[in-house]
Amino acid sequence: MTLPLSPAAAGLQHKKYFFDKFGITERLLERCLGEALSAGGDYADLYFESIASTSIGIDESLVKSASQGVSAGCGVRVVSGERTGYAYTDDLSADRLLRAARTAALIASGPAKQPVQGFTETKTPSLYPAPAVDLDSDLSTKLDLVRRADLAARAYDSRITQVRSSYSDELRRILIAASDGTFASDTQPLARLNVFVLAKEEDRTARGTSGGGGRVEIDFFQTEKTPEHFAREAARQAILQLGAVAAPAGEMEVVLGPGWPGVLLHEAVGHGLEADFNRKKTSAFAGMIGRQVASSKVTVVDNGTMPGRRGSLNVDDEGSPTQETVLIENGILKTYLSDKLSSRLMDMPHTGNGRRESYQQIPMPRMTNTYMLAGEDAPEDIIRSVKRGLYAVNFGGGSVDITSGKFVFSASEAYLIENGKITAPVRDATLIGNGPEALKYVSMVGNDLELDEGVGTCGKEGQSVPVGVGMPTVKLDRMTVGGTGR
Amino acid sequence: MSSVTQLAANDLQQLATDIVTRAVKAGATDAEVTIREGDEFSTVVRMGEVETLKESGSRGMGLRVLVASENGHRVASTSTSDFSAEGVEHLVRGALALAQVTSEDPFAGLADPGEFGKIGGENGGDLELYHEDVYSLETVQRIEYARRAEAAALAADTRITNSEGGSFDAATGHRIFANSRGFTGEYRASSCSISASPIALGKNNEMQRDYWYTYARSLKKLDTPESVGIEAARRTLRRLDARRVKTQQVPIIFAPEIARSLIGAIFDAASGDSIYRGASFFAGKLGEQVADKAVTVIDDHTIVGGFGTSPFDGEGLPSRRTVIVERGVLTNYLLNTYTGRKLGMKSTGNAARGLAGNPGIGAGNLFLVAGTTTPQEILGGVQSGLYVSELMGQGVNMVTGDYSRGASGQWIENGELAYPVQEITIAGNLKDIFRNITAIGSDLDFRGSVASPTLRVDGMTIAGE
Repeated sequence: MTLPLSPAAAGLQHKKYFFDKFGITERLLERCLGEALSAGGDYADLYFESIASTSIGIDESLVKSASQGVSAGCGVRVVSGERTGYAYTDDLSADRLLRAARTAALIASGPAKQPVQGFTETKTPSLYPAPAVDLDSDLSTKLDLVRRADLAARAYDSRITQVRSSYSDELRRILIAASDGTFASDTQPLARLNVFVLAKEEDRTARGTSGGGGRVEIDFFQTEKTPEHFAREAARQAILQLGAVAAPAGEMEVVLGPGWPGVLLHEAVGHGLEADFNRKKTSAFAGMIGRQVASSKVTVVDNGTMPGRRGSLNVDDEGSPTQETVLIENGILKTYLSDKLSSRLMDMPHTGNGRRESYQQIPMPRMTNTYMLAGEDAPEDIIRSVKRGLYAVNFGGGSVDITSGKFVFSASEAYLIENGKITAPVRDATLIGNGPEALKYVSMVGNDLELDEGVGTCGKEGQSVPVGVGMPTVKLDRMTVGGTGR
Repeated sequence: MSSVTQLAANDLQQLATDIVTRAVKAGATDAEVTIREGDEFSTVVRMGEVETLKESGSRGMGLRVLVASENGHRVASTSTSDFSAEGVEHLVRGALALAQVTSEDPFAGLADPGEFGKIGGENGGDLELYHEDVYSLETVQRIEYARRAEAAALAADTRITNSEGGSFDAATGHRIFANSRGFTGEYRASSCSISASPIALGKNNEMQRDYWYTYARSLKKLDTPESVGIEAARRTLRRLDARRVKTQQVPIIFAPEIARSLIGAIFDAASGDSIYRGASFFAGKLGEQVADKAVTVIDDHTIVGGFGTSPFDGEGLPSRRTVIVERGVLTNYLLNTYTGRKLGMKSTGNAARGLAGNPGIGAGNLFLVAGTTTPQEILGGVQSGLYVSELMGQGVNMVTGDYSRGASGQWIENGELAYPVQEITIAGNLKDIFRNITAIGSDLDFRGSVASPTLRVDGMTIAGE
């Protein structure tokens, strides 16, 4: 276990990595930025990235796979008005970096007009450990985690016939230098343990999955969320699904459990509040700031500063500090999630939400950890208030059409509620709603806020980034459930 | 790290075989090396102005080693973007170190001698996968393609008020594969596309967006930007002022571009990895009726110029054509070497792989053979039903076959499209859905590597109001 370094020492360490390993110098960064602005761009930035990743998997009780990878590269972005030019290289030699800068520069045409400002290092917190050495040192510990998960899942019930468990981690180092003087660096660990099981009984087969992690070191899986925890959870779901009945079809009252069902917020409102869609007025939420978009019981925040969380970042991928942003307060839409480009063009506060999948991608506004604040209702009172409805506690994932606002999310563990009581488990079903309307039907909010266990990956325009979601138990008076039953 | 930055194609094949040799020298019983290079260009024009221009290239390589032991092979893999001598050294050393912690697996191992091979002449050239013309346009001309597509959409109707833009993309890829059984192969592939994504405003100020595209391996085969823009506008406009409908069971017609996902589900259900685990509802169903007798589904990796064509698969086996379902009967599982051995069968040449990890199962050109009924005739046969033109979400469980997805499209009344519908779900079970395909269109058209004609399915549940 490496203790978190002090912020100043950590910043120095991240920067030193690129300077030492790839021969990058401040002088070279300035030259590249100067080249990037040589055709008249307003703003330019360089994003260096170096990733080391490991994964190991057990399958049929055999360790069938182990892999490690390294990759490095740099992306050069030039902004001119609303235009963006982008080029990248996986060769960090000076001539290749300068060539990428010249390619990106061509988004503008004319003489250079913007000088490169002197660098000021972004002060960063230490939200997660910054290991001094690469994570590949303790392979046997990782192996032990997947073995323990395999054993625990098989031991849960004799009807568990297949177990696959995997551990994967990556250590991402980034360095960002921009013509506005931004200079930031960070080292971002990300680890995850996954368990997939099949249960069989007579002619019925069912699956169960579980997993989690975050920006944590390996001892997290030994002390906080153990392999046994995830294994039992996956096995429990699969055994439960063996006895599931058809999900109901149609509009009904829906109660969502705490934690991962917060994917509702991510799809119903989160994406629609990303500033790029609102700048272009392509979001169903465009022009709605100050308007009621949810019931007064609903307050939703996006918070990139939670220690150790999967969606957290010391700095975003534009070198800006992350923050806690209130998106919806007591049902009223307060603000959008922005990056540098959209906050400048919209003249709106910059929320530090500029993210990208890798050095090969242009950054854009993205969520970090998005959740609803706790209310005052006891979860059992919420269930008791439902005459006939659905109680959904686990989801596979979701998606949204930003423009029409229609969103779906797919329940993988749900139950019927009959006369205030949770009864039969139901088979997988998709729930569908309309973003700007759905949260207006929130009539009860539990006092049991939870965040998910660290499994979320969000896709937007082909780019994937790790995110978190969370929610207390919530009751929606109306939602459409896509089953086949009565 | 710059000594090997400008290798010619031959040198990359040489590099791949050199790494194989080094891995064997360092203790691997067998080794496989994959090298990939790619270049991309993309531009988006929005409301007539350039929004983004992107141009770049990258490459990577991966090594998989197999170390024989008493009860099978231990396998491990590494990947890197560092092509320097130091990077290669790290790649080889890392893979062998990892192989010490993996288990002996009696089913792991390369294919048997004699199974390796490739089709399509030298470097797959006869397959016509690579056309230099995708990069032949100047940047201003590329921007013009994107601009024209968007402009055609914006001009189509006054209700088109906004846009996510028009785009032009071009890409080339180069793949090299070598193994310790003497196989080396490489091929190049190109692609280009134009798309438009307009936004229309309805009576109640509700916005709708849709898109259309043209995608080809050669610039010459692209549709015109104008035709893309006009079709994108038509698709967007037909969504305006959509209603919801009541929960009910009616016949559902899947538009060809949507029916593709059902064909993909047939492939996934027959995929060897799920079969040997019993994780698919097709497990143990070989030779049995799994779909209506009019249904024939083929996975063909050999179609000249196809989007899913290649000279060899991810393990160096020659590409081939496999009939998955013939007149409703499941005739083949889709297998790589490993899943074949698990099932006591031979690979069907369906190995797919990234740079790192064990080979998976991948499709080539996957399609459902066209029927003789026109889409109009299929529509004409439905009194009351749903024509689906969009599906949302991932609500498909391949273990049980349970299927539940968000949908939008057009309501059918008396054999004609009557009005748009949205915010509903369609649900059923794939086992029943495949058997209840009651009409197959004559309109098979490859717009990507997976293709289907229009399909009618009976017995599914719509959930709505």
